[in-house]
Amino acid sequence: MANPQNVATVSQRPVKVADTPAGSMTKIAPIAGWLLPGLGHFIQRRWIRGLLLMLAVFIMFFAGLGMQGKVYQFNTGDLLDILGFVGDLGAGVLYFIARSMDWGAGNIHRAVADYGTKYIVVAGLLNVIAAVDAYHIAIGKKQ
Amino acid sequence: MTFELSHYSAALLFALCASTVFGITQRNTPKDMFRYGAYCFVLFAAGVIVASWAMWVIKH
Repeated sequence: MANPQNVATVSQRPVKVADTPAGSMTKIAPIAGWLLPGLGHFIQRRWIRGLLLMLAVFIMFFAGLGMQGKVYQFNTGDLLDILGFVGDLGAGVLYFIARSMDWGAGNIHRAVADYGTKYIVVAGLLNVIAAVDAYHIAIGKKQ
Repeated sequence: MTFELSHYSAALLFALCASTVFGITQRNTPKDMFRYGAYCFVLFAAGVIVASWAMWVIKH
């Protein structure tokens, strides 16, 4: 004779992970975190973490711009320029704002401007790490 | 708007922001996050000083 608990389990309609709130969050959180630094944590109610991540990425990005760093455009030329573009793109909406406002022309006459270029690239890369962290929270790998 | 920083202060600001993100993303509890962030910051700052002296030694 079959165990009633097993029958009930088998007869239940399988629930897709994407149908659950946590399942949709696994897609929304990393995308939101990439678009706006810290947003992936905010929508999961990690207010302080999100704020600190947002501050860190914003400060790095705008300090880089203030140091007259370069914002890379899409290119198919030098490998380092391509990687620079990929890194910059990690900053999400900050990158698009900087491009649309024509910020980040760069200044080859200032040594600190080269630091600024690296600041902007690293801000994007740190934001990618933060977005991955938001994903880990969404899947329950991290609290 | 331009932002004037010395090389060392630029390195320290970099270290502060990067170690903040590392601390939050690489550890699970707030206490561990703070400790790991501080550890990364110290490593960044000490690394800058060590690298600076190494370059001075190479030059002289």
